[in-house]
Amino acid sequence: MAAPAPSWRATPRARKGGAAWLTAASAAALFVLLPLLALVSEAVQGSAAHLAGIATTILPAALWTTLVLLAGVGAIAASVGTTAAWLVTAHDFPGRRMLSWALLLPLAMPTYIIAYAYLDILHPLGPVQGLIRDLLGYASPREFRLPDVRSMTGCVVLLGFALYPYVYIPTRAMFLTQSSGLLDASRTLGVSARARFWRVALPLARPAVAVGVSLALMEALNDIGAAEFLGVRTLTVSIYTTWITRTDLPGAAQIALALLMVVVLLVALERWARRSQRFASGGGRTLQPRKAGPFAGIGLLILGLIPILIGFAAPALYLVQAAWSRYQFAGVSARLAGEALNTILLAASATAVAAALGLVVAYALRIRPGPHSAWAYRLATVGYAAPGTVIAIGMLIVLGLADRTIDAAAHHWFGSAAGLVFLGSGAAVVLAYVARFLTIPAGAVEAGLARIPLSLDQASRTLGRGATGTFWQVHLPLSAPALAAGALLVFVDCVKELPATLLLRPLNVETLATHLYGEAARGTYEEAAMAALAIVVIAMLPVVLLARVGVMPNRHAAPRQEVRSGGAAAAAA
Amino acid sequence: MSRFSRFFAAAGVALLATSAAQAQELNLYTTREPGLIEPLLASFKTATGIAVNTVFLKDGLAERVANEGESSPADVLMTVDAGNLVDLVEKGLTQAVDSAALKGAIPEALRDADGHWFGLSMRARVLYAAKGLDLAAISYEDLADPKWKGKICIRSGQHPYNTALFADYIAHHGAAETETWLKGLKANLARKAAGGDRDGAKDIAGGICDIAIANSYYVGLMRSGKSGEEQVAWGEAIKVLLPTFKDGGTQVNISGAAVAKHAPNRDAAVKLLEYLVSDEAQKIYAEANYEYPVKPGAPIDPIIASFGELKIDTVPLTEIVGHRKAASALVDAVGFDN
Repeated sequence: MAAPAPSWRATPRARKGGAAWLTAASAAALFVLLPLLALVSEAVQGSAAHLAGIATTILPAALWTTLVLLAGVGAIAASVGTTAAWLVTAHDFPGRRMLSWALLLPLAMPTYIIAYAYLDILHPLGPVQGLIRDLLGYASPREFRLPDVRSMTGCVVLLGFALYPYVYIPTRAMFLTQSSGLLDASRTLGVSARARFWRVALPLARPAVAVGVSLALMEALNDIGAAEFLGVRTLTVSIYTTWITRTDLPGAAQIALALLMVVVLLVALERWARRSQRFASGGGRTLQPRKAGPFAGIGLLILGLIPILIGFAAPALYLVQAAWSRYQFAGVSARLAGEALNTILLAASATAVAAALGLVVAYALRIRPGPHSAWAYRLATVGYAAPGTVIAIGMLIVLGLADRTIDAAAHHWFGSAAGLVFLGSGAAVVLAYVARFLTIPAGAVEAGLARIPLSLDQASRTLGRGATGTFWQVHLPLSAPALAAGALLVFVDCVKELPATLLLRPLNVETLATHLYGEAARGTYEEAAMAALAIVVIAMLPVVLLARVGVMPNRHAAPRQEVRSGGAAAAAA
Repeated sequence: MSRFSRFFAAAGVALLATSAAQAQELNLYTTREPGLIEPLLASFKTATGIAVNTVFLKDGLAERVANEGESSPADVLMTVDAGNLVDLVEKGLTQAVDSAALKGAIPEALRDADGHWFGLSMRARVLYAAKGLDLAAISYEDLADPKWKGKICIRSGQHPYNTALFADYIAHHGAAETETWLKGLKANLARKAAGGDRDGAKDIAGGICDIAIANSYYVGLMRSGKSGEEQVAWGEAIKVLLPTFKDGGTQVNISGAAVAKHAPNRDAAVKLLEYLVSDEAQKIYAEANYEYPVKPGAPIDPIIASFGELKIDTVPLTEIVGHRKAASALVDAVGFDN
């Protein structure tokens, strides 16, 4: 994602040391960039005539579809995420605590599973339309049925409700850390509760909303499963069919680059929104929720439950029911446990690597502020912007080259084959996950570090710690919660990831997602219900943990004042 | 679990272990879903003692093998759709196999003249129709007739099953007429061109459409009850017609396989292909997957046989393959999936 607003101007005295950090951050950036460069080299192999053909036949419609989808998903995610965040922050009512973490649950639900579940739930043969027919007295779906969910509207609504947590998380954090001073002032000035939200709290939270919306939009942009199920032909789907049906990888790479332009726009939007982020971080008493009356309280609870119902509970119940009927029909597949283990191992390895690299790029930015570290940060976090399929193909090209080179070298020097070091070992999958999701821990750590006052760095350095010593003894402990939150999100995303897993895994290794896809591809969804449920359950655990470390930043924000005074005390000591 | 140590331990060490155990192993890269080929591989192992390692790749098969280059462990490449097989050959990822057993079992039209790929099973692009619908026969050409307006279900026009059908249409009528036909077909759709072939039957049962274009074997999978009670109902809600081109027959596609160019276990690879056209394996294709066997005289499952006699279209597969990129371009040109 975008590098944060440059803070180096705020530190007139350039700090010494940390060259190793900067080098490591640059290496991380290069690693993420390699698959994209491989893609560019593919794209330029396509002829110009080719590009012209694609520009006239595919791009206009796909671009328009994509923009409509993004506008719709953005609007829903922004309004639902912000409303939900305000609801549980500014109001006190029964069930508020439960809501504050349950609102995260849609994160555990891959978009392709949501799409498939709703296709069934809302089908004329499904429970919803069946109930409506019963109530209205129709005997057959031929007499009465609702509009088909396979439409742009269906896709917008489902993705919007699946992705709103990306807005909810940063916006809630922002509301929680907002100074209540301005809100109190506006209250004493006679501003109504509603106007306080629209005219004070929301403008203050705008940067957080923009950050969340840009994340949600990138997820929507990268989605391929839901869009395909629902018949929405986005740029990403077009890349896919151009690659597959026309066996035209250069053409697909060209569309992918067009897509990246859309993403650059999004990133610019996010950076524009973040430029004024600093003004929101005033100190003072944080916002205290207001107690709602008994009836209003129930109303608020119901309001808060709606997004959870749509984005999680309904599809989850559907999965439970489908998995149960499958269980009765065929028992538990013996492969499921092995697949779950593969899923967890791949995701956990990638999480560890991504967390470490995220620390490196974010920390380099702090101790060596300047254009070099800012660019390293930007490039290292660009992977999230590219669709998974694109990263996967780029990674295949890069690691294929590496594997062939290593194998040939082994032949030459040792006279025996090395085989495929990356593609044959699962390392390729892990590296692709890291390239794609590095932005999450990097962004989290960066935000966490931003909360630590520079005076603390100065104190530590005055006391004789180097850049690395300060990192271990000051920054790492203080930004650990942020890192943990970032790591949990990466883990969830890796568990749900499909295209890179499918393309890069070694022989005989299935994950839950590839199993699910294999069944879905041949139309035997029923056999995949248990794998789908297992994905959701595995992804749910970190989400619940996340609720403890990530969405309660007031607990970590509160020590901020103490840190500041603690820092002063350390400096005085 | 040895596969774990393989992918998780330091790669070099693990891979040495793999190559040591290669004598009775074979590596299969497949776009056919694991569930479909497992019975065949299990029975191959029983017959020959050769264990098959698999990776299910779906769409990146050619890219994966190409990027692995000479280091690729792939022995057999298995996929559906003649076009995909020809792609593998054109990218130089296959090698010629000269086997009397394969030549004897597979009719000439269903394999590469130079022995680079072999068809192993067939499927027809058929019509599902609501059971009560008064319709006994239909041509592919008829599907663009405005009388079907709002009554037809079909999956994405860009799916290989559909581009192969449209390519066959081009072979019969030329590109211009095909474009007109596609526009007519698009105008007749009851819903977005999306989902899978089974959704056609489900949507007919749900009253969304009256007819759907889909592959033959799904009917067997649904009606047999192998996929649960719910799908039996979908399968029973439809009857199946074998449409034909007005001057030809029913459009048929294949699943098939090729031996990889750098196959480390070439002999075992050829054994697998030969096994897959044996009477035993062809029976599994028919009984477990409800496909049409390629081997003349091999039995067809009764559910599939009940559709009537299959009159295979006269246009050779290789000619259909030649038109498929044009077909895909037409799908975009008429906005079929929009």
